[in-house]
Amino acid sequence: MKKFSPTALAVALSFALPALPAAAANEADLAEIRAQLQQMKSAYEQRIAALEQKLAQAEGAASRAGAAAAQAESVAREAESAARQASLRPPASHPATGFNPDISLILQGQYRDMKKVAERRIGGFWNPAAHDDGDGHGAGERGFSVDHTELVFAANVDPYWRGQAILALQDGEVEVEEAWFQSLGLGHGFGLKGGRLRSGIGYLNEQHAHAWDFADAPLMYQALFGEHASYAQDGVQLKWLAPTPFFLEFGAELGRGQNFPGTDRDKNGAGAGALFAHVGDDLGDSHSWRAGLSYLQTKAKERETHFADAGGLDEAAAFFDGRSKTWVADFVWKWAPAGDAKQRSFKLQGEYFQRRETGTLTCSSEDGGINNCAPTGTESVVSDYRTRQSGWYLQGVYQFSPRWRAGLRYDRLDSGRRDFGINAANVVVEDYQPKRVTLMADYSWSEFARMRLQFAQDKSMPGVTDNQVWLQYIMSLGAHGAHKF
Amino acid sequence: MKRFLLIGLAAALLSLPAQAALKVFATVPEWAALAQEIGGGRVTVYAATHGLQDPHRIEAKPSLIARARSAQLVVATGAELEVGWLPVVLRESGNRDIQPGRPGYFEAASAVRLLDVPAVLDRAHGDVHAAGNPHIQTDPRNILKVAEALAARMAELDPAEAAAYRSGFAAFAEKWRAALVRWEKIAAPLKGVPVLVQHNAFPYLNAWLGLREVGTLEPRPGVEPSGGHLADVLAKLTAQPARMVLRPAYQHDAPSRWIAERAKIPAVIVPFTVGGTPEAGDLVALFDDTLRRLLAALAAR
Repeated sequence: MKKFSPTALAVALSFALPALPAAAANEADLAEIRAQLQQMKSAYEQRIAALEQKLAQAEGAASRAGAAAAQAESVAREAESAARQASLRPPASHPATGFNPDISLILQGQYRDMKKVAERRIGGFWNPAAHDDGDGHGAGERGFSVDHTELVFAANVDPYWRGQAILALQDGEVEVEEAWFQSLGLGHGFGLKGGRLRSGIGYLNEQHAHAWDFADAPLMYQALFGEHASYAQDGVQLKWLAPTPFFLEFGAELGRGQNFPGTDRDKNGAGAGALFAHVGDDLGDSHSWRAGLSYLQTKAKERETHFADAGGLDEAAAFFDGRSKTWVADFVWKWAPAGDAKQRSFKLQGEYFQRRETGTLTCSSEDGGINNCAPTGTESVVSDYRTRQSGWYLQGVYQFSPRWRAGLRYDRLDSGRRDFGINAANVVVEDYQPKRVTLMADYSWSEFARMRLQFAQDKSMPGVTDNQVWLQYIMSLGAHGAHKF
Repeated sequence: MKRFLLIGLAAALLSLPAQAALKVFATVPEWAALAQEIGGGRVTVYAATHGLQDPHRIEAKPSLIARARSAQLVVATGAELEVGWLPVVLRESGNRDIQPGRPGYFEAASAVRLLDVPAVLDRAHGDVHAAGNPHIQTDPRNILKVAEALAARMAELDPAEAAAYRSGFAAFAEKWRAALVRWEKIAAPLKGVPVLVQHNAFPYLNAWLGLREVGTLEPRPGVEPSGGHLADVLAKLTAQPARMVLRPAYQHDAPSRWIAERAKIPAVIVPFTVGGTPEAGDLVALFDDTLRRLLAALAAR
C-alpha cells in the first residue's frame, strides 16, 4: 500500500493548489501558473516513479539479502559444528607422554579420636606385630594424620601383558604394596599374574584401603593378616574362568609367603599356597551376588610375638614354627533398583574364617629378662602349639541419595581352642571374644572425592571399651581405573 | 562346590552345539539391536545393560565377566563411556579374542566423528571424556556409519557368513535411508528450536535436528544439579527462553521436572536407547519415538 501514497498525495496537491491563486489572478498569470503546475506535476510524477523503482529495487535487494543471511547463518552453523569437531581435536602430533602409564595418586587422611592404649592388640589372638609401632590400618595415630599416600601405575605392556604397581609412600619410606604383570593373551578363561600381589582369597583381600566402605578393615582381616589387613606375597597366581552362563572361577597361588601368618624362611620352593573358588550371578535386573571359598596355607619359622608371663614377671618372647591353614568363606550381595545405582543401592557383605595352626612354640626371654620360661634369662621352653580360631563380620551399606551412604558393621572373633602344651603354664593364655560395632556415613562429591564420618565401639582388647570417632577423606587424582565388583 | 562344578561342566557341554552362531557381547542396547539387525539368525547377542541404566555407572558384575568369557565379539561405544567397568570385565574374562586391539573388540565411536572433544582435560570440569562426547547413538546417521563398520567386522570374524553380513547390512541400510528421509521430513519444525538438556547427552541429536541447546541442568557433566544451580538456569531462561527440556530416559526426572514446572515448558523423556521407553522397542522405533515426543512437546504450546 505504501508505495501508492506519494502518487495520491501529488494528485491531491495538483488539484488543491490551483484553487487558491485562481481567485485573484488574470488569464496570463493563470496560464503561467498552469504551466508551472504542469511542470511541477510531471516533475513529481517522474520523481515518484523514480522512487517507486528504487523502492522495488530495494525490496528485491532486501529479499536477496534475507536469503543471503539465511545462507550465511546455515554456513555459520556448519562452521561452528565443524569448528567444534576440528579445532577442539587433540593436536595432530602425539607427545611422548602418550605412551605413559595411567597414573593415579590417592590422598587419604583422617582425624581419629580414640583411647590411649599403650599396645593395641586383638585379645585372644596372636599379635602379628612383635613390636607394635601403631601405624597399621587397624589402629593408627590419634588426632590428625595422613595415611600412606598411594601411587598407582598401570598400563598394557604389549598385546600380551599388562603391568601394575602400587606404591605406598610414607614418611621416609616407599613400600611396594603390589607390583605385578597380568596376562592378556592366554585365552580359554585362563589368567596369569606374577609379582607381588594381593591374594585372591576372601572378598575384601584384593581391595585397597581407598575402596573400603569403612575407614578401617574388619577385625577379622586385622587378626588374620596383621597391620596391612590383607594378604599379599611375592609369587604367581593362575585363575581359570569356567565357560558357564554364570560366573564360576577357580584360582591357585604359590609364593614366598613372607607375610603374616607365615614368615620369610630363607628356603627354595614355596612358602605359601592358596586356592579359591568364586561363584556369582544376577537375580533379575536388581540383584547381583558373588560367593567364595578360599584356603590359604603358609609356613612360619620363628614367627615372633610377646606373651604376658604367667608368673607376672618380664613378658615372654615367643616363637612359632609350623603351619598355618586358613579357610575363608565370603559373600557379597548388591541391590540397585532396576540395576541403576545412581539414586539408591544397597550392599551386604560378610566373611567367615577359621584358622588352624600346628607346630611348636618356643618360649624364652628377650634381652636377658627373667620370666617363667627363662628363670635365669637364657633358657627356653619348647612346647606343642595348636590353635583353632574363628571369626566373622557382616556389614551393610545403603546409598540413599546420589551422594550419601550410611553403613553398619558388626565384627566378632572367637579365640577358640589354644593348646600351648607345657608352655600353657608359662604364659598367659586368655580366652576372649573380641567384638566391635561400627557406624558410618559418607558423602561423595564425585566418584573421586569422599568424606566419611565413622563411630565405633571397639571391644577388641580385653577389659577396654574404646569409643572411636573417625573423620576421614579419600581423594583420588588422575586416571583412576575401574574397581572390581 | 562340587555341585557347582558339575553344573558348570554340564552347562559347558550343553553350550557346545550353539558354537555355530557368532556370540556378540554388546555393552549397550543400541549396539545389541544393531548387531541383531545385521547378523539376524547368525548371531546370538547379549546386551550387558538395559535402557534404564546409566551407562556411566555400571559395575564389573560377575554375570558380565561370565558372559564376556564366551563372547567372540565385544561391541562397545568407546570414547570412555564404559571406562568404569568394561576394562575389568575384559581382563577378568580370560578371553584373549576380545581384548582391545583384537578383531573381537569393536568400538562404535571409531566409526563416527566425535563432538565436544574437550580442549582442556581437568576433572574440575566434571566427568569429561577425553575423546569426545560418547553419546553418538542419538544421531541416526551415526548408526548407519557404525552399522557399516560393524558389518565389516562381523564378516571378518565369521568369514564363512561374510556375504550374509554384507547383505544384512545392505537390507538395514536401505531401510534406514528410507527412514532417514521420513524422519528428516517430519522433524523439519524442530529446526532451530531452543532446548534445555539435563545431561550433556544430546550434541549429536542437536546436530542432526538443528535443535539449539541453550543450557544444561547439570552444572558439569555427571554432577547432579543443586537447587541453586537450577535457579540460575531458570533465571537465564527469561533472557533466552527454551521450548522444552530434554532428559535421557535413564536419568532421574527431578531436575528437569523442577525446571519444566517453573518455566512452564514440557519436559521430554528421550528414550536414548532401545528400551529406554516402552515404545522404543527397536532401532527404528527408537527414532520414531524420539521424534514423536519432541514434536508433541513442540505442539504443546
